[in-house]
Amino acid sequence: MTDDDHDHGHHHEEHGSELSEMQLRVRALETVLAEKGYVDPAALDLMIEAYETRIGPHNGARVVAKAWTDPAFKRALIEDATKAVQSLGLINRVGDHLIAVENTPTLHNMIVCTLCSCYPWEVLGLPPVWYKSAPYRSRAVNDPRGVLADFGLTLAPDTQIRVWDSTAETRFMVLPMRPAGTDGWNEDRLGTLVTRDCMVGTGFPKQANEVA
Amino acid sequence: MDTIHDMGGMHGFGNVEPETNEPVFHAEWEARCLALNRAMGAIGAWTIDEGRAGIEMLPPGVYLTSSYYGKWARRLENMVIARGLAGADEIAAGHATRPGAPMKRKLTVADVPRTLTRGSFFRTPSAPARFAVGERVRTKNIHPATHTRLPRYARGHTGTIEAIRGCHVFPDSVTIGAGENPQWLYTVLFEGRELWGENSDPTLRVSIEAFEPYLEPAQL
Repeated sequence: MTDDDHDHGHHHEEHGSELSEMQLRVRALETVLAEKGYVDPAALDLMIEAYETRIGPHNGARVVAKAWTDPAFKRALIEDATKAVQSLGLINRVGDHLIAVENTPTLHNMIVCTLCSCYPWEVLGLPPVWYKSAPYRSRAVNDPRGVLADFGLTLAPDTQIRVWDSTAETRFMVLPMRPAGTDGWNEDRLGTLVTRDCMVGTGFPKQANEVA
Repeated sequence: MDTIHDMGGMHGFGNVEPETNEPVFHAEWEARCLALNRAMGAIGAWTIDEGRAGIEMLPPGVYLTSSYYGKWARRLENMVIARGLAGADEIAAGHATRPGAPMKRKLTVADVPRTLTRGSFFRTPSAPARFAVGERVRTKNIHPATHTRLPRYARGHTGTIEAIRGCHVFPDSVTIGAGENPQWLYTVLFEGRELWGENSDPTLRVSIEAFEPYLEPAQL
């Protein structure tokens, strides 16, 4: 992309002509690496299927909904998220370095990786394009309120903002506040309120009246 | 490396543009590219840190004008060539014409579950942690021409050790071929004003995950 006004850092930054060029380049790489015996294309198919189906923010939503209903689990999650999440028996393990950070009425947490795009794949799936984009990575650490405004979010002026820059192999997820009006809801129903963005800190959970 | 990937605090990139109902992949080649990169990592062609360094070595203009998976494809191409796994001529032709450098294993269907699991980066420490929770520390003013995980905006600043995260593989060392050289990792918390000056949002605090060699005791 050569024009700055062409949606900054968005996925269209590769021109249409480059899209087909990328298809050809990646296909050539796959063919060569398969012919040399390094990879089996059938294994690649399975990996892709996992990322498209099993590994996604629905895993994180289960974690959050459980924390909202089970105080002991919530304590365990804040104490050691790796261990707590593994105890739920999600399909994929989370590695050793997951950390859950809790929003409160006076504290809002946001996750970023300014150096690349580190993201808790195991609980949230592959990161969205905006998370990997230059606007988010550059501004999250010095203008988080401006970033939140891009998502349509406004925090009270005195809410403390904590930005976690994921500069090592530790990975973070936000435990958002449970929405009002959800007393008595079970975990499955609460899970429908949990969005990907609220676990990154760029969104709030849905309100009770937004789901059926 | 002080190059374009180190974006924290830069101006001029515009607004964040979330996409409604974003698909996992926007094109089939993105999915193949992701899987190929993960596969080559899983067979030991390079470590996660070497892979990141490979992205950072893309020229800044290419970095800024390539999509995420576009960068991954270019990194993959550069690294398989650099490691003698495939030749530029073969990639251009789309077919292998000779054997590549031997690897210990091939990525097969049976290996897939392992590729979906994050590795552990914990290592046995060779010495106790130098800093304690609550201690004031200053990040060093370092500018290595090689891979580092201390972002520019957080260099030469005073913060507080908030947590000790264990002893981990040290990326700065792995990427120069000097081994894992495990180091203690800390969450270091900075006030917004310490990083961004008087006009910083007064409600802002930012933390980084800092390896022990990045830190020294704060001057009292």
